Amino acid sequence: MRKLQFRPCGNFNESYEEELAIFETDFGRVSMLIGLLLLFVVIPFITSPYTLYILNSIGIYAIAAIGLNLLIGYTGQISLGHGAFFGVGAYTAAILATKTGFPIWLSIPAAGIVTAAVGIIFGLPSARLKHLYLLIATLAGQFIIEYVLVQWESLTGGAEGISIIGATFLKIDIGSDRAFYFLIFICFALMTWIAVNLVRTRYGRAFIAIRDNDRAAEGMGIPIFRYKLLSFAISSFYAGFAGGLYAYYMMSITPEPFNLWLSIWLIAMIIIGGLGNIPGSVFGAIFIVVLEELLSLGTQYLMNVGDSAGAAITIAPLREFVFGLAIVLFVIFEPKGLAEVWRVIRSNFRLWPFSY
Amino acid sequence: MEFFLQLLVNGISLGFLYSLSALGFVMIFKSSSVLNLAHGELLAIGAFLFLAISTWAQLPIWLSFALTLVGTFLLGFIVERFFLRPLIGEDLIQVIMLTLGLGIMFKGLLLFVFGGDIHEYRTFLPEGLSLDLGIVRIPSVNVATFIIGILFLILFGFFFKYSSQGIYMRSVADNQSAALSLGVHVRRVFALSWAIAFIVAAMSGIVLGIINGINVHELSAIGLKVFPVVILGGLDSIGGAILGGIIIGLLETFTGGYISTSLREIIPYIVLIIILMVKPYGLFGLVEIERV
Repeated sequence: MRKLQFRPCGNFNESYEEELAIFETDFGRVSMLIGLLLLFVVIPFITSPYTLYILNSIGIYAIAAIGLNLLIGYTGQISLGHGAFFGVGAYTAAILATKTGFPIWLSIPAAGIVTAAVGIIFGLPSARLKHLYLLIATLAGQFIIEYVLVQWESLTGGAEGISIIGATFLKIDIGSDRAFYFLIFICFALMTWIAVNLVRTRYGRAFIAIRDNDRAAEGMGIPIFRYKLLSFAISSFYAGFAGGLYAYYMMSITPEPFNLWLSIWLIAMIIIGGLGNIPGSVFGAIFIVVLEELLSLGTQYLMNVGDSAGAAITIAPLREFVFGLAIVLFVIFEPKGLAEVWRVIRSNFRLWPFSY
Repeated sequence: MEFFLQLLVNGISLGFLYSLSALGFVMIFKSSSVLNLAHGELLAIGAFLFLAISTWAQLPIWLSFALTLVGTFLLGFIVERFFLRPLIGEDLIQVIMLTLGLGIMFKGLLLFVFGGDIHEYRTFLPEGLSLDLGIVRIPSVNVATFIIGILFLILFGFFFKYSSQGIYMRSVADNQSAALSLGVHVRRVFALSWAIAFIVAAMSGIVLGIINGINVHELSAIGLKVFPVVILGGLDSIGGAILGGIIIGLLETFTGGYISTSLREIIPYIVLIIILMVKPYGLFGLVEIERV
């Protein structure tokens, strides 16, 4: 075995492969292994069911946020329709599971693929539209998909939705929070691995070129429309995949959660986490889900403390206020998001005490 | 025939409300190219400020009207100064996210203060303005608000056409750097355009509130209806916003009347996508030609 290498001393890359390497040193590899061990061996066995529930939500939303980051952060195409794409994935998985009896390992990827197809359809306007026009087109897509989910009653069950019972994976019952935790985080690790590697391939670099200057990218021979659609497809695949997991995890779905608010939520995750940064999307998902949980815990706490129940109802809208405030503050003061904060902290540690 | 006329009248009055709501949006976009996703909340802020002053504080109508205008004007300045100005020159997504965040903040605050119920203004508009067109009858409120709306449109038309600030604003909208080099204080113009957009939004919010009652959720939902309207008319054209609003209003009522009521909510967005594909700069919008 070769000697492990821990300390980077300057930037001495001699080839593009070195430049593109995910881990500069073995320090990253080792800490990733430790992280995976913690994730799969330690955390699920020491946490309470409630914490597991939060972790599972984080995992599901992180997958969707990574997908959205591939689209917004790497390709530069803004979509306000990912909440609906998430919903399409959830409904596809639910319909496949209940009506055709697909097993979970088939129906969730199928949900991703169907959503990718829907994403391509709603990505078609990107052929002609850029920036805010594309944003408005995807906003319209959000409303249209929501409408279809509610109105196509024979397939989606209308406003009552669909319930899935008894999720099993290879005949093992995974209905419990802990069993589902493993499913979600294995998927999460896989999807993160794919995303991290995708952005290093020619496809990922084409995405970045399109984001930075689409005309120049076209001039260099990148068929931008095909790549934009590809980006929409991949990103919707992630959203649909996450939606499928969500459907199985929640066991019953209605059109309600997949509204514009969810789209805003997902964008807020990647803005707060950091645009064009895969770990950033995960940080953002953690931040938003934890913030939401803390806020609702706060209201519940007030609700239970004796006679302040009335006060709790009036302060409930302040949750929205705090959420909006968090977005605004991040956009103004740390537009590069938590990923940047994390980088600064890390480099401070590395350079301490001579941090010049 | 009677049904058709009724739908026509309903559609035009609904569309008029849409055009009125779209005005402030167009104004912000025209002068600072910011796509304001908090527009519905701006409508709500104006409407609720007027409610608080006129109904709760029981001040006379003309005074509360003037106070609402002053209040929203100042608020517009503050919002521009503290939230929008740091973002001049930033990416589109950051600015959009900022306006979204602001909208969520405002909505939370309004819900906190006023709750989610429907409020009513005390009646102050003169009665007996209702028009009887033989077959269809237009209620007095609609006629009165129509008159108010037209008055404001004329007022703002004059403001943009003749006042020096209005001309500055138009020049900044037309070409920012040219305006800057000719001595226009561009930052002041940005601030002013937000302040004025707040006022316009407040006016529209009050008119909407008089007709439909004032509700945070409803008003902020109208902020999203603005998009089909302005895309149809052209994002930076005030005349386009008015015409676009009326077309969308007619489209909604006729779809609701003849095809299905559930399709009514969604038809503006379907039209929106079609227009974006066919004629993205709308009916009267300025066609931007990009050069590498």
